[in-house]
Amino acid sequence: MLEFGILFPSVLNGLTTGAVYALIALGLTLIYGVLHIINFAHGAALMVALYGVYLLKERVGIDPYLALPIVVPAMFALGYLLQRAVINRASHGRDENILLVTLGLSIVMENLALIVFKSDTRTIDTAYTLTTVPIGPAMIALPKLVAFAGALVASAVLVWIVERTDLGRAIRAVAKEKHGAKLMGIDVDHVYAMSFGIGLACLGAAACFLLPAYYVNPQVGSGFVLVAFTIVVLGGMGSFAGALLGGLLIGVVESLGGLFLGESLGQIGIFLIFIAVLLFRPQGLFGARA
Amino acid sequence: MSAPRSPTRDLAAIAAFATLVGAATLWLDSGVWLNFVMMALYATLLAQAWNMLGGYGGQFSFGHALFFGTGAYVQAIAQMQGGVNPWAALALAVAVAAAVGLFVGALSFRYGLKGSYFALVTLAFAEVFRILALSVGFTGGGVGLMVPLQEGVANLQFASRKGYIALVLGFVVAALLATSWLRHSRFGASLQAVRDNEDAARAVGVDPYRTKLGAIALSGAFMGAAGAFYVQVFQYIDPAIAYGPHVSVEALVGAIVGGMGTLWGPLLGAAALHLLADLTRNLFGQLPGINMVVYGVVLVLIVMFLPRGIAGMGASVREVWRGRRDG
Repeated sequence: MLEFGILFPSVLNGLTTGAVYALIALGLTLIYGVLHIINFAHGAALMVALYGVYLLKERVGIDPYLALPIVVPAMFALGYLLQRAVINRASHGRDENILLVTLGLSIVMENLALIVFKSDTRTIDTAYTLTTVPIGPAMIALPKLVAFAGALVASAVLVWIVERTDLGRAIRAVAKEKHGAKLMGIDVDHVYAMSFGIGLACLGAAACFLLPAYYVNPQVGSGFVLVAFTIVVLGGMGSFAGALLGGLLIGVVESLGGLFLGESLGQIGIFLIFIAVLLFRPQGLFGARA
Repeated sequence: MSAPRSPTRDLAAIAAFATLVGAATLWLDSGVWLNFVMMALYATLLAQAWNMLGGYGGQFSFGHALFFGTGAYVQAIAQMQGGVNPWAALALAVAVAAAVGLFVGALSFRYGLKGSYFALVTLAFAEVFRILALSVGFTGGGVGLMVPLQEGVANLQFASRKGYIALVLGFVVAALLATSWLRHSRFGASLQAVRDNEDAARAVGVDPYRTKLGAIALSGAFMGAAGAFYVQVFQYIDPAIAYGPHVSVEALVGAIVGGMGTLWGPLLGAAALHLLADLTRNLFGQLPGINMVVYGVVLVLIVMFLPRGIAGMGASVREVWRGRRDG
């Protein structure tokens, strides 16, 4: 019989990771919901953001949390430019082309990182890296708690932007009916690029919250990309609530899977969930039946 | 797209290609060039295998390493732990890779997965197999498997690169013949009909499920042969090489750069990419990852500007010339 004292910290740890997963997946689901494209470069873009946070800490001495106002706008700009200059021009009206172009972008980003930073895994040291906080019978690392809270706040900000602002209204209009939105005077290409930019800005925030308790190497993104897709598919493509719940769920599944099956085999659970959901319930757990 | 040429002209062209490469191989002395020919043919095989399902069937796989890795592991394990002769192991590797193709195809196509979702599911399967290969005992885990050196034709190990070139040339010719068959046979016509419009194909009596299943098995079989070839040449396999993204990317980029759904496109694409990769190596030295940067950039540029690949360059340029391109 498993002790509560082992299970509880594991679930708690899973929830903290899951919140960051949710933030990453929110960016992906926003891009999917508006542009109806699958951004395969999402993981690689997260890796770029992580290196940004890393360099700001190591070279300039800026704390990861204080780097938020630099990294988030920078990732937004990167997303805006990528969408306008590359992705939008390459689609030729076919989804597969977008998938291929974003695959190409992710290959370029990952291997440029490999050339510049070598394949070493890097971490940063902060005063609070080893601080832990007791919650019930569990000791949770402070950076993980901050990541949990930060990811939830960032998610709330994102939902607020989409639900309450003029930009959000334009985004939702374009997502629902692109031609109608165009007739109402909305600049569709601009909204596309804004959505892509916001999607990548989520990664900027995720990177700032992630790095103090995590690491970065050139391949770090590919681990996240399938996880993020799993969450998005699980929650229903384009659904914000689904991405949030799916993220927390996957975080817990990964943590418990690691506990029962060991580190490497535990990850299989995520991919099996992914395959099963795609096959049997492609509209997701929370999505409406198509 | 121009109408496919007659089967006899395909056969003549394939025979001419085989003779040319064979003669060049006999004449060549330099190890560097022999190596280039071998690796270009190997890349061609990967791209052709991908092309059968992706180009002719319209099903884009991001995880073709799944079949490559399976072929490679079967080849290594059958001879090392099963004591099977490497030639027999080769047949087994091809058969098991095709069977894995049938399995993944049966699951994905039965539930109607297509487009981006099919791409993601193949990638997920490749990841599952990679983690399994890391975790179970008989694959040697992360350490990998080292096939003992026993030179001899009976052992499928050659003293000279020329032997391996003959082997991989045989695979490439077989793949060209299979592709030519896809162009001219009833099955191939069904497959292309499913690619272009699945509902219309069903309406005229084509069974899309069985057609796609046939294509993924065929494609998987050739990927399996490539995996077995890799093991025989390099005598080593590990989970990252077998199921990692590198092989999947190489197969896909070669076919797309050369021209999907064409007979010679994968050869053009693979050869062009290898030439380009060698040139960059000469320019930048042995930077790890530089080839992949080149592949990625070429992939983006081709999808942006030459969606029909090198083989369809003429048609793409004519279209731009006439200004009839729509986005």
